[in-house]
Amino acid sequence: MDKTWHIASRELAAFFNTWMGYVIVAAALVIDGLLFNAFAVGNEPKLSAEVLADFFYFASGMSMVAGIFLAMRLMAEEKQNGTIALLYSSPVSERQVIYGKFLSALLFSMILQVASLYMPGLVMVHGKISVGHIAAGYLCLTLLGATTISLTLFVSTLAPNQLVAAVGGAFGTVILLTLWMLAKVVDQPFKDIFGWLSIHNDHFTPFSNGIVNLKDLMFYVGLVVFFLECATRALAGRRCQG
Amino acid sequence: MSLIEVRGLSKFYGPYAAVRDVSFDIKEGEVVGLLGLNGAGKSTILKILGSFLLPSSGGASMAGFSVEDDSDRVRELIGYLPDRPPLYDEMRVVPYLRYVAKLKNVAPGKIDERIADVLRKTNLVEVAWQPLGELSHGFRQRVGIAQALIHNPRVIILDEPINGLDPVQIVEMRDLILSLRGKHTVILSSHILSEITRTCDRILIIDKGRLVAEGNEAELEKAFVTSMRVVAEIKGTCDMAALKGLSGVRRVIEAQSAASGTKILTVECDGDLRAVIAKTLITSGAELLEIGREGDGLETVFMNLVRASKDTTPSNGSSEAAHG
Repeated sequence: MDKTWHIASRELAAFFNTWMGYVIVAAALVIDGLLFNAFAVGNEPKLSAEVLADFFYFASGMSMVAGIFLAMRLMAEEKQNGTIALLYSSPVSERQVIYGKFLSALLFSMILQVASLYMPGLVMVHGKISVGHIAAGYLCLTLLGATTISLTLFVSTLAPNQLVAAVGGAFGTVILLTLWMLAKVVDQPFKDIFGWLSIHNDHFTPFSNGIVNLKDLMFYVGLVVFFLECATRALAGRRCQG
Repeated sequence: MSLIEVRGLSKFYGPYAAVRDVSFDIKEGEVVGLLGLNGAGKSTILKILGSFLLPSSGGASMAGFSVEDDSDRVRELIGYLPDRPPLYDEMRVVPYLRYVAKLKNVAPGKIDERIADVLRKTNLVEVAWQPLGELSHGFRQRVGIAQALIHNPRVIILDEPINGLDPVQIVEMRDLILSLRGKHTVILSSHILSEITRTCDRILIIDKGRLVAEGNEAELEKAFVTSMRVVAEIKGTCDMAALKGLSGVRRVIEAQSAASGTKILTVECDGDLRAVIAKTLITSGAELLEIGREGDGLETVFMNLVRASKDTTPSNGSSEAAHG
Protein backbone atom coordinates (compact mmCIF):
# COMPACT_ATOMS: atom_id res chain seq x y z
CA MET A 1 0.00 0.00 0.00
CA ASP A 2 2.90 2.30 0.80
CA LYS A 3 4.36 1.95 -2.72
CA THR A 4 0.89 2.30 -4.28
CA TRP A 5 0.36 5.58 -2.46
CA HIS A 6 3.90 6.68 -3.32
CA ILE A 7 3.27 6.15 -7.04
CA ALA A 8 -0.16 7.80 -6.73
CA SER A 9 1.21 10.90 -5.02
CA ARG A 10 3.89 11.44 -7.71
CA GLU A 11 1.30 11.00 -10.42
CA LEU A 12 -1.13 13.35 -8.69
CA ALA A 13 1.62 15.97 -8.42
CA ALA A 14 2.29 15.49 -12.16
CA PHE A 15 -1.32 16.50 -12.90
CA PHE A 16 -0.70 19.77 -11.05
CA ASN A 17 2.80 20.32 -12.45
CA THR A 18 1.70 20.16 -16.08
CA TRP A 19 -0.94 22.05 -18.03
CA MET A 20 -2.88 18.84 -18.65
CA GLY A 21 -4.64 18.69 -15.26
CA TYR A 22 -5.64 22.35 -15.28
CA VAL A 23 -6.97 22.17 -18.83
CA ILE A 24 -9.10 19.12 -18.00
CA VAL A 25 -10.52 20.73 -14.84
CA ALA A 26 -11.18 24.06 -16.54
CA ALA A 27 -12.82 22.50 -19.60
CA ALA A 28 -14.96 20.15 -17.52
CA LEU A 29 -16.13 22.94 -15.21
CA VAL A 30 -16.98 25.29 -18.07
CA ILE A 31 -18.96 22.64 -19.94
CA ASP A 32 -20.64 21.43 -16.72
CA GLY A 33 -21.63 25.01 -15.93
CA LEU A 34 -23.04 25.65 -19.41
CA LEU A 35 -25.02 22.40 -19.42
CA PHE A 36 -26.29 23.15 -15.90
CA ASN A 37 -27.49 26.58 -16.92
CA ALA A 38 -28.92 25.62 -20.30
CA PHE A 39 -30.53 22.26 -19.60
CA ALA A 40 -30.63 21.41 -15.89
CA VAL A 41 -31.99 24.81 -14.79
CA GLY A 42 -33.50 25.69 -18.19
CA ASN A 43 -36.45 28.02 -18.71
CA GLU A 44 -39.26 25.72 -17.62
CA PRO A 45 -40.38 25.54 -14.00
CA LYS A 46 -39.02 22.38 -12.34
CA LEU A 47 -38.82 20.78 -8.93
CA SER A 48 -35.43 21.22 -7.28
CA ALA A 49 -34.95 17.43 -7.22
CA GLU A 50 -35.53 17.32 -10.98
CA VAL A 51 -32.97 20.08 -11.53
CA LEU A 52 -30.49 18.13 -9.46
CA ALA A 53 -31.22 14.85 -11.28
CA ASP A 54 -30.71 16.64 -14.62
CA PHE A 55 -27.46 18.15 -13.34
CA PHE A 56 -26.17 14.69 -12.44
CA TYR A 57 -27.24 13.38 -15.85
CA PHE A 58 -25.12 15.97 -17.69
CA ALA A 59 -22.28 15.89 -15.15
CA SER A 60 -22.05 12.11 -15.59
CA GLY A 61 -21.05 12.64 -19.22
CA MET A 62 -18.32 15.09 -18.22
CA SER A 63 -17.15 12.77 -15.48
CA MET A 64 -16.66 9.97 -18.02
CA VAL A 65 -14.95 12.20 -20.59
CA ALA A 66 -12.64 13.65 -17.92
CA GLY A 67 -11.86 10.09 -16.79
CA ILE A 68 -10.72 9.18 -20.30
CA PHE A 69 -8.48 12.26 -20.58
CA LEU A 70 -7.02 11.74 -17.12
CA ALA A 71 -6.23 8.07 -17.65
CA MET A 72 -4.99 8.09 -21.25
CA ARG A 73 -1.48 9.17 -20.28
CA LEU A 74 -1.07 7.05 -17.16
CA MET A 75 0.83 4.13 -18.72
CA ALA A 76 1.19 5.23 -22.35
CA GLU A 77 3.27 8.26 -21.33
CA GLU A 78 5.58 6.06 -19.23
CA LYS A 79 6.23 3.96 -22.33
CA GLN A 80 6.64 6.97 -24.62
CA ASN A 81 9.14 8.66 -22.27
CA GLY A 82 10.98 5.49 -21.30
CA THR A 83 10.24 6.04 -17.60
CA ILE A 84 8.56 2.63 -17.44
CA ALA A 85 12.11 1.23 -17.16
CA LEU A 86 12.33 2.79 -13.71
CA LEU A 87 9.16 1.03 -12.57
CA TYR A 88 10.18 -2.26 -14.17
CA SER A 89 13.62 -2.21 -12.58
CA SER A 90 12.38 -1.23 -9.10
CA PRO A 91 11.10 -3.65 -6.45
CA VAL A 92 7.48 -2.73 -7.07
CA SER A 93 4.74 -5.05 -8.31
CA GLU A 94 2.64 -4.51 -11.41
CA ARG A 95 -0.44 -4.29 -9.19
CA GLN A 96 1.12 -1.52 -7.10
CA VAL A 97 1.91 0.42 -10.28
CA ILE A 98 -1.59 0.04 -11.73
CA TYR A 99 -3.47 0.75 -8.51
CA GLY A 100 -1.20 3.72 -7.76
CA LYS A 101 -1.84 5.21 -11.20
CA PHE A 102 -5.57 4.59 -10.85
CA LEU A 103 -5.69 6.16 -7.41
CA SER A 104 -4.01 9.35 -8.67
CA ALA A 105 -6.50 9.83 -11.52
CA LEU A 106 -9.42 8.99 -9.24
CA LEU A 107 -8.31 11.55 -6.67
CA PHE A 108 -7.88 14.17 -9.38
CA SER A 109 -11.31 13.33 -10.73
CA MET A 110 -12.72 13.77 -7.22
CA ILE A 111 -11.08 17.20 -7.01
CA LEU A 112 -12.94 18.03 -10.19
CA GLN A 113 -16.20 16.82 -8.61
CA VAL A 114 -15.62 18.95 -5.52
CA ALA A 115 -15.02 22.01 -7.73
CA SER A 116 -18.46 21.48 -9.30
CA LEU A 117 -20.23 21.39 -5.92
CA TYR A 118 -21.26 25.04 -6.27
CA MET A 119 -23.96 24.01 -8.78
CA PRO A 120 -25.94 21.67 -6.50
CA GLY A 121 -25.12 24.24 -3.80
CA LEU A 122 -27.07 26.86 -5.76
CA VAL A 123 -30.01 24.47 -6.11
CA MET A 124 -29.88 23.83 -2.39
CA VAL A 125 -29.85 27.53 -1.56
CA HIS A 126 -32.70 28.40 -3.94
CA GLY A 127 -34.75 25.21 -3.63
CA LYS A 128 -35.35 22.21 -1.46
CA ILE A 129 -33.12 19.17 -1.84
CA SER A 130 -31.50 16.78 0.61
CA VAL A 131 -27.79 16.41 1.28
CA GLY A 132 -28.33 12.66 0.79
CA HIS A 133 -29.52 13.28 -2.77
CA ILE A 134 -26.38 15.29 -3.52
CA ALA A 135 -24.16 12.68 -1.87
CA ALA A 136 -25.77 9.81 -3.84
CA GLY A 137 -25.37 11.70 -7.12
CA TYR A 138 -21.74 12.53 -6.46
CA LEU A 139 -21.05 8.94 -5.42
CA CYS A 140 -22.29 7.84 -8.83
CA LEU A 141 -20.29 10.51 -10.66
CA THR A 142 -17.20 9.23 -8.85
CA LEU A 143 -18.05 5.62 -9.69
CA LEU A 144 -18.64 6.43 -13.37
CA GLY A 145 -15.37 8.37 -13.45
CA ALA A 146 -13.60 5.45 -11.78
CA THR A 147 -15.03 3.05 -14.36
CA THR A 148 -13.80 5.05 -17.35
CA ILE A 149 -10.45 5.70 -15.65
CA SER A 150 -9.91 1.98 -15.05
CA LEU A 151 -11.03 1.09 -18.58
CA THR A 152 -8.79 3.72 -20.18
CA LEU A 153 -5.91 2.78 -17.88
CA PHE A 154 -6.21 -0.78 -19.15
CA VAL A 155 -6.13 0.47 -22.76
CA SER A 156 -3.25 2.81 -21.87
CA THR A 157 -1.26 -0.20 -20.68
CA LEU A 158 -1.66 -1.83 -24.07
CA ALA A 159 -1.52 1.27 -26.28
CA PRO A 160 1.74 2.58 -27.79
CA ASN A 161 0.81 6.22 -27.16
CA GLN A 162 -1.67 8.50 -25.42
CA LEU A 163 -3.76 9.17 -28.50
CA VAL A 164 -4.43 5.49 -29.09
CA ALA A 165 -5.18 5.10 -25.37
CA ALA A 166 -7.73 7.94 -25.50
CA VAL A 167 -9.41 6.61 -28.64
CA GLY A 168 -9.48 3.08 -27.22
CA GLY A 169 -10.81 4.29 -23.88
CA ALA A 170 -13.50 6.37 -25.58
CA PHE A 171 -14.49 3.47 -27.80
CA GLY A 172 -14.77 1.11 -24.83
CA THR A 173 -16.80 3.67 -22.89
CA VAL A 174 -19.20 4.19 -25.79
CA ILE A 175 -19.68 0.43 -26.06
CA LEU A 176 -20.45 0.16 -22.36
CA LEU A 177 -22.77 3.16 -22.60
CA THR A 178 -24.77 1.92 -25.57
CA LEU A 179 -25.22 -1.69 -24.50
CA TRP A 180 -28.73 -0.81 -23.33
CA MET A 181 -29.64 -0.01 -26.93
CA LEU A 182 -28.31 -3.37 -28.04
CA ALA A 183 -30.31 -4.98 -25.24
CA LYS A 184 -33.49 -3.69 -26.89
CA VAL A 185 -32.91 -5.54 -30.13
CA VAL A 186 -31.62 -8.92 -28.95
CA ASP A 187 -33.39 -11.90 -27.40
CA GLN A 188 -32.96 -13.41 -23.97
CA PRO A 189 -30.60 -14.10 -22.28
CA PHE A 190 -28.50 -11.44 -24.05
CA LYS A 191 -31.22 -8.85 -23.48
CA ASP A 192 -30.71 -9.08 -19.71
CA ILE A 193 -26.94 -9.45 -19.93
CA PHE A 194 -26.44 -6.41 -22.16
CA GLY A 195 -28.94 -4.38 -20.17
CA TRP A 196 -27.17 -5.25 -16.93
CA LEU A 197 -23.73 -4.48 -18.36
CA SER A 198 -24.67 -0.98 -19.55
CA ILE A 199 -22.89 1.47 -17.25
CA HIS A 200 -25.36 4.32 -17.42
CA ASN A 201 -29.04 3.53 -17.72
CA ASP A 202 -30.29 1.13 -15.05
CA HIS A 203 -27.39 1.56 -12.68
CA PHE A 204 -27.15 5.34 -12.88
CA THR A 205 -30.79 6.48 -12.63
CA PRO A 206 -31.37 5.45 -8.99
CA PHE A 207 -28.24 7.34 -7.89
CA SER A 208 -29.32 10.48 -9.76
CA ASN A 209 -32.61 10.37 -7.89
CA GLY A 210 -30.84 10.06 -4.56
CA ILE A 211 -31.18 6.28 -4.12
CA VAL A 212 -28.12 4.13 -3.42
CA ASN A 213 -28.61 0.44 -4.23
CA LEU A 214 -25.93 -1.93 -3.02
CA LYS A 215 -26.19 -3.97 -6.24
CA ASP A 216 -25.50 -0.88 -8.37
CA LEU A 217 -22.62 0.09 -6.11
CA MET A 218 -21.15 -3.39 -6.39
CA PHE A 219 -21.63 -3.34 -10.17
CA TYR A 220 -19.42 -0.27 -10.57
CA VAL A 221 -16.85 -1.46 -8.02
CA GLY A 222 -16.74 -4.87 -9.73
CA LEU A 223 -16.23 -3.32 -13.14
CA VAL A 224 -13.42 -1.08 -11.83
CA VAL A 225 -11.62 -4.01 -10.16
CA PHE A 226 -12.06 -6.08 -13.33
CA PHE A 227 -10.39 -3.46 -15.55
CA LEU A 228 -7.64 -2.82 -13.01
CA GLU A 229 -6.83 -6.51 -12.83
CA CYS A 230 -6.84 -6.69 -16.65
CA ALA A 231 -4.38 -3.77 -16.67
CA THR A 232 -2.21 -5.52 -14.08
CA ARG A 233 -2.15 -8.69 -16.22
CA ALA A 234 -1.40 -6.66 -19.33
CA LEU A 235 1.52 -4.91 -17.63
CA ALA A 236 2.91 -8.23 -16.40
CA GLY A 237 2.46 -9.61 -19.91
CA ARG A 238 4.46 -6.76 -21.40
CA ARG A 239 7.32 -7.67 -19.07
CA CYS A 240 7.39 -11.14 -20.62
CA GLN A 241 7.29 -9.82 -24.16
CA GLY A 242 9.53 -6.80 -23.81
CA MET B 1 31.97 -17.50 -6.62
CA SER B 2 30.21 -15.53 -9.35
CA LEU B 3 27.76 -12.79 -8.44
CA ILE B 4 25.99 -12.99 -11.80
CA GLU B 5 25.47 -16.29 -13.60
CA VAL B 6 23.95 -16.45 -17.05
CA ARG B 7 23.23 -19.88 -18.52
CA GLY B 8 21.94 -20.67 -22.00
CA LEU B 9 20.05 -17.40 -22.18
CA SER B 10 17.83 -16.92 -25.24
CA LYS B 11 15.20 -14.35 -26.08
CA PHE B 12 12.92 -14.66 -29.07
CA TYR B 13 10.58 -12.02 -30.48
CA GLY B 14 8.26 -14.25 -32.45
CA PRO B 15 10.48 -16.36 -34.69
CA TYR B 16 13.43 -13.98 -34.37
CA ALA B 17 16.18 -14.52 -31.86
CA ALA B 18 17.49 -11.35 -30.22
CA VAL B 19 19.70 -13.39 -27.88
CA ARG B 20 20.80 -16.95 -28.50
CA ASP B 21 22.23 -19.37 -25.97
CA VAL B 22 24.41 -16.87 -24.12
CA SER B 23 26.30 -18.00 -21.00
CA PHE B 24 28.77 -16.08 -18.85
CA ASP B 25 29.72 -15.31 -15.25
CA ILE B 26 30.56 -12.03 -13.57
CA LYS B 27 32.44 -11.84 -10.27
CA GLU B 28 31.70 -9.36 -7.49
CA GLY B 29 33.47 -6.03 -8.07
CA GLU B 30 34.20 -6.61 -11.77
CA VAL B 31 33.52 -3.99 -14.42
CA VAL B 32 32.35 -5.90 -17.47
CA GLY B 33 31.51 -4.46 -20.87
CA LEU B 34 29.17 -5.87 -23.47
CA LEU B 35 30.59 -4.89 -26.83
CA GLY B 36 28.62 -5.24 -30.01
CA LEU B 37 27.19 -3.43 -32.97
CA ASN B 38 23.83 -1.69 -32.71
CA GLY B 39 21.15 -4.37 -32.57
CA ALA B 40 23.54 -7.10 -31.47
CA GLY B 41 21.42 -8.03 -28.44
CA LYS B 42 23.29 -6.15 -25.70
CA SER B 43 20.26 -4.21 -24.42
CA THR B 44 18.13 -7.34 -24.41
CA ILE B 45 20.67 -9.13 -22.21
CA LEU B 46 20.82 -6.14 -19.86
CA LYS B 47 17.02 -5.94 -19.67
CA ILE B 48 16.86 -9.60 -18.72
CA LEU B 49 19.55 -9.06 -16.07
CA GLY B 50 17.56 -6.03 -14.90
CA SER B 51 14.65 -8.42 -14.36
CA PHE B 52 12.21 -6.50 -16.49
CA LEU B 53 12.27 -8.75 -19.50
CA LEU B 54 11.79 -12.47 -19.17
CA PRO B 55 14.00 -14.83 -21.17
CA SER B 56 12.45 -17.28 -23.64
CA SER B 57 14.76 -20.02 -22.45
CA GLY B 58 17.78 -20.41 -20.22
CA GLY B 59 18.15 -18.17 -17.22
CA ALA B 60 20.20 -15.79 -15.17
CA SER B 61 20.73 -15.35 -11.47
CA MET B 62 22.15 -12.61 -9.33
CA ALA B 63 23.60 -13.45 -5.91
CA GLY B 64 21.72 -16.73 -6.20
CA PHE B 65 18.35 -15.11 -6.96
CA SER B 66 16.74 -15.99 -10.27
CA VAL B 67 15.79 -13.00 -12.44
CA GLU B 68 12.54 -14.81 -13.25
CA ASP B 69 11.45 -16.31 -9.95
CA ASP B 70 12.93 -13.85 -7.44
CA SER B 71 12.62 -10.69 -9.50
CA ASP B 72 11.82 -8.51 -6.47
CA ARG B 73 15.04 -9.58 -4.75
CA VAL B 74 17.01 -9.07 -7.96
CA ARG B 75 15.52 -5.60 -8.45
CA GLU B 76 16.65 -4.66 -4.94
CA LEU B 77 20.19 -5.69 -5.88
CA ILE B 78 20.46 -3.69 -9.08
CA GLY B 79 20.63 -0.11 -10.20
CA TYR B 80 19.67 0.24 -13.85
CA LEU B 81 20.29 2.99 -16.36
CA PRO B 82 18.52 2.27 -19.65
CA ASP B 83 19.74 3.74 -22.95
CA ARG B 84 17.35 6.64 -22.31
CA PRO B 85 17.46 7.92 -18.70
CA PRO B 86 14.04 7.31 -17.07
CA LEU B 87 13.32 10.88 -16.01
CA TYR B 88 10.04 12.67 -15.31
CA ASP B 89 10.64 16.03 -16.96
CA GLU B 90 8.24 17.96 -14.73
CA MET B 91 10.12 16.93 -11.56
CA ARG B 92 13.22 18.54 -10.09
CA VAL B 93 16.38 16.54 -9.45
CA VAL B 94 16.14 16.13 -5.65
CA PRO B 95 12.40 15.29 -5.49
CA TYR B 96 12.96 12.82 -8.33
CA LEU B 97 15.79 11.11 -6.46
CA ARG B 98 13.64 11.07 -3.32
CA TYR B 99 10.85 9.39 -5.31
CA VAL B 100 13.27 6.77 -6.68
CA ALA B 101 14.79 6.17 -3.24
CA LYS B 102 11.38 5.36 -1.78
CA LEU B 103 10.57 3.10 -4.74
CA LYS B 104 13.83 1.26 -4.13
CA ASN B 105 13.20 0.67 -0.42
CA VAL B 106 15.76 3.10 0.98
CA ALA B 107 14.96 3.55 4.69
CA PRO B 108 13.20 6.91 5.26
CA GLY B 109 15.90 8.07 7.68
CA LYS B 110 18.64 7.41 5.13
CA ILE B 111 17.09 9.07 2.08
CA ASP B 112 18.59 12.56 2.54
CA GLU B 113 22.00 11.08 3.21
CA ARG B 114 21.82 8.91 0.08
CA ILE B 115 20.66 11.84 -2.06
CA ALA B 116 23.55 14.00 -0.85
CA ASP B 117 25.97 11.14 -1.56
CA VAL B 118 24.82 10.49 -5.14
CA LEU B 119 24.61 14.21 -5.94
CA ARG B 120 28.24 14.53 -4.89
CA LYS B 121 29.37 11.39 -6.73
CA THR B 122 27.68 12.39 -9.96
CA ASN B 123 28.55 16.11 -9.73
CA LEU B 124 24.92 17.18 -9.72
CA VAL B 125 25.00 19.54 -6.76
CA GLU B 126 24.82 22.65 -8.95
CA VAL B 127 21.63 21.46 -10.68
CA ALA B 128 20.04 19.79 -7.64
CA TRP B 129 16.87 21.89 -7.83
CA GLN B 130 16.63 22.28 -11.60
CA PRO B 131 13.64 20.77 -13.42
CA LEU B 132 14.75 17.57 -15.17
CA GLY B 133 13.22 18.75 -18.43
CA GLU B 134 15.62 21.72 -18.53
CA LEU B 135 18.84 19.73 -18.07
CA SER B 136 21.39 19.12 -20.83
CA HIS B 137 21.88 15.62 -22.18
CA GLY B 138 25.03 15.14 -20.11
CA PHE B 139 23.31 16.14 -16.87
CA ARG B 140 20.30 13.96 -17.69
CA GLN B 141 22.65 11.02 -18.12
CA ARG B 142 24.21 11.85 -14.74
CA VAL B 143 20.80 11.95 -13.07
CA GLY B 144 20.16 8.57 -14.70
CA ILE B 145 23.28 7.21 -13.02
CA ALA B 146 22.34 8.92 -9.74
CA GLN B 147 18.98 7.13 -9.69
CA ALA B 148 20.76 3.85 -10.38
CA LEU B 149 23.08 4.47 -7.41
CA ILE B 150 20.54 5.86 -4.95
CA HIS B 151 20.00 2.60 -3.04
CA ASN B 152 23.71 1.70 -3.12
CA PRO B 153 23.10 -1.44 -5.18
CA ARG B 154 25.59 -4.31 -5.47
CA VAL B 155 25.15 -4.39 -9.25
CA ILE B 156 24.93 -1.41 -11.59
CA ILE B 157 23.69 -2.00 -15.12
CA LEU B 158 24.41 0.79 -17.60
CA ASP B 159 23.02 0.53 -21.12
CA GLU B 160 25.06 2.70 -23.51
CA PRO B 161 26.00 5.24 -20.80
CA ILE B 162 28.07 7.42 -23.14
CA ASN B 163 25.60 7.47 -26.00
CA GLY B 164 25.09 10.99 -27.33
CA LEU B 165 27.59 12.65 -24.99
CA ASP B 166 30.11 15.22 -26.19
CA PRO B 167 33.86 14.57 -25.72
CA VAL B 168 34.04 16.40 -22.38
CA GLN B 169 30.98 14.62 -21.08
CA ILE B 170 32.43 11.28 -22.24
CA VAL B 171 35.57 11.87 -20.17
CA GLU B 172 33.44 12.84 -17.15
CA MET B 173 31.24 9.77 -17.58
CA ARG B 174 34.31 7.55 -17.93
CA ASP B 175 35.73 8.94 -14.68
CA LEU B 176 32.38 8.39 -13.00
CA ILE B 177 32.26 4.75 -14.12
CA LEU B 178 35.86 4.23 -13.05
CA SER B 179 35.01 5.66 -9.62
CA LEU B 180 32.44 2.86 -9.20
CA ARG B 181 35.11 0.18 -9.65
CA GLY B 182 35.62 -1.93 -6.56
CA LYS B 183 32.54 -0.59 -4.78
CA HIS B 184 29.98 -2.06 -7.16
CA THR B 185 29.82 -4.72 -9.81
CA VAL B 186 29.27 -2.85 -13.05
CA ILE B 187 27.99 -4.25 -16.30
CA LEU B 188 27.75 -1.81 -19.18
CA SER B 189 27.14 -1.97 -22.88
CA SER B 190 28.65 0.05 -25.66
CA HIS B 191 29.45 -0.12 -29.33
CA ILE B 192 32.45 2.19 -28.84
CA LEU B 193 35.58 0.07 -28.55
CA SER B 194 37.85 2.65 -26.98
CA GLU B 195 35.44 3.32 -24.12
CA ILE B 196 34.98 -0.34 -23.33
CA THR B 197 38.74 -0.92 -23.16
CA ARG B 198 39.28 2.11 -20.95
CA THR B 199 36.60 1.32 -18.40
CA CYS B 200 36.17 -2.45 -18.29
CA ASP B 201 38.13 -5.27 -16.68
CA ARG B 202 36.60 -7.79 -19.04
CA ILE B 203 34.84 -7.60 -22.38
CA LEU B 204 32.03 -9.79 -23.72
CA ILE B 205 31.70 -9.46 -27.48
CA ILE B 206 28.13 -9.97 -28.65
CA ASP B 207 27.18 -10.37 -32.27
CA LYS B 208 23.74 -11.24 -33.63
CA GLY B 209 22.60 -12.31 -30.20
CA ARG B 210 25.50 -14.67 -29.58
CA LEU B 211 28.46 -14.33 -27.25
CA VAL B 212 31.33 -14.68 -29.70
CA ALA B 213 34.28 -13.98 -27.39
CA GLU B 214 35.12 -12.92 -23.86
CA GLY B 215 38.21 -11.92 -21.92
CA ASN B 216 40.30 -8.87 -21.18
CA GLU B 217 41.93 -6.90 -24.00
CA ALA B 218 45.22 -8.83 -23.86
CA GLU B 219 43.49 -12.22 -23.75
CA LEU B 220 41.29 -11.36 -26.71
CA GLU B 221 44.24 -10.14 -28.75
CA LYS B 222 46.26 -13.24 -27.89
CA ALA B 223 43.40 -15.50 -28.89
CA PHE B 224 42.19 -13.73 -32.00
CA VAL B 225 44.97 -11.55 -33.44
CA THR B 226 47.11 -13.83 -35.60
CA SER B 227 48.98 -11.15 -37.50
CA MET B 228 50.16 -7.64 -36.87
CA ARG B 229 51.46 -4.72 -38.90
CA VAL B 230 54.36 -2.96 -37.19
CA VAL B 231 55.24 0.51 -38.46
CA ALA B 232 58.72 1.92 -37.82
CA GLU B 233 60.13 5.33 -38.73
CA ILE B 234 63.93 5.33 -39.15
CA LYS B 235 66.70 7.64 -40.25
CA GLY B 236 69.70 6.28 -42.17
CA THR B 237 70.07 2.83 -43.61
CA CYS B 238 69.22 -0.56 -42.21
CA ASP B 239 69.87 -4.17 -43.02
CA MET B 240 66.67 -5.10 -44.89
CA ALA B 241 67.82 -8.69 -45.39
CA ALA B 242 68.19 -9.15 -41.65
CA LEU B 243 64.74 -7.68 -41.09
CA LYS B 244 63.11 -9.87 -43.71
CA GLY B 245 64.95 -12.90 -42.35
CA LEU B 246 63.45 -12.58 -38.88
CA SER B 247 61.32 -15.53 -37.88
CA GLY B 248 57.64 -14.60 -38.18
CA VAL B 249 58.12 -11.68 -40.59
CA ARG B 250 55.97 -12.13 -43.71
CA ARG B 251 56.64 -8.96 -45.66
CA VAL B 252 58.38 -5.60 -45.33
CA ILE B 253 57.14 -2.53 -47.20
CA GLU B 254 59.54 0.41 -47.44
CA ALA B 255 58.51 3.98 -48.12
CA GLN B 256 60.40 7.26 -48.13
CA SER B 257 59.00 10.30 -46.39
CA ALA B 258 59.76 13.22 -48.71
CA ALA B 259 59.07 15.89 -46.10
CA SER B 260 61.28 14.62 -43.29
CA GLY B 261 63.74 12.51 -45.27
CA THR B 262 62.98 9.49 -43.08
CA LYS B 263 62.00 5.96 -44.06
CA ILE B 264 58.73 4.33 -43.05
CA LEU B 265 58.91 0.56 -42.76
CA THR B 266 55.73 -1.46 -42.52
CA VAL B 267 56.41 -5.00 -41.33
CA GLU B 268 53.68 -7.63 -41.61
CA CYS B 269 54.38 -10.34 -39.07
CA ASP B 270 52.87 -13.20 -37.06
CA GLY B 271 52.20 -11.84 -33.58
CA ASP B 272 53.77 -8.95 -31.72
CA LEU B 273 57.40 -8.68 -32.93
CA ARG B 274 57.89 -5.00 -32.09
CA ALA B 275 60.77 -5.63 -29.63
CA VAL B 276 62.68 -7.91 -32.04
CA ILE B 277 62.18 -5.54 -34.97
CA ALA B 278 63.37 -2.56 -32.93
CA LYS B 279 66.47 -4.45 -31.81
CA THR B 280 67.27 -5.54 -35.39
CA LEU B 281 66.89 -2.00 -36.73
CA ILE B 282 69.15 -0.50 -34.06
CA THR B 283 71.81 -3.21 -34.42
CA SER B 284 71.89 -2.71 -38.17
CA GLY B 285 72.79 0.94 -37.68
CA ALA B 286 69.49 2.68 -38.26
CA GLU B 287 68.33 5.54 -36.06
CA LEU B 288 64.92 4.42 -34.76
CA LEU B 289 62.62 7.41 -34.40
CA GLU B 290 59.33 5.67 -33.73
CA ILE B 291 57.85 2.19 -33.69
CA GLY B 292 54.28 1.07 -33.14
CA ARG B 293 51.50 -1.17 -34.31
CA GLU B 294 49.08 -0.20 -37.01
CA GLY B 295 45.44 0.02 -35.88
CA ASP B 296 43.88 -1.03 -32.58
CA GLY B 297 44.28 -4.62 -31.42
CA LEU B 298 40.78 -4.96 -30.05
CA GLU B 299 39.36 -3.33 -33.14
CA THR B 300 41.01 -6.05 -35.19
CA VAL B 301 39.61 -8.71 -32.88
CA PHE B 302 36.15 -7.22 -33.06
CA MET B 303 36.14 -6.85 -36.83
CA ASN B 304 37.47 -10.38 -37.30
CA LEU B 305 34.80 -11.82 -35.04
CA VAL B 306 31.99 -9.85 -36.64
CA ARG B 307 33.15 -10.84 -40.13
CA ALA B 308 33.43 -14.49 -39.10
CA SER B 309 29.97 -14.36 -37.59
CA LYS B 310 28.60 -12.73 -40.76
CA ASP B 311 29.99 -15.57 -42.85
CA THR B 312 28.14 -18.13 -40.74
CA THR B 313 24.91 -16.16 -40.27
CA PRO B 314 21.67 -17.99 -41.03
CA SER B 315 19.30 -16.40 -43.55
CA ASN B 316 17.19 -14.55 -40.95
CA GLY B 317 20.21 -13.02 -39.26
CA SER B 318 19.57 -9.40 -40.19
CA SER B 319 16.07 -9.48 -38.82
CA GLU B 320 17.29 -10.99 -35.57
CA ALA B 321 19.73 -8.21 -35.00
CA ALA B 322 17.09 -5.57 -35.46
CA HIS B 323 15.49 -6.57 -32.17
CA GLY B 324 18.57 -6.24 -30.01
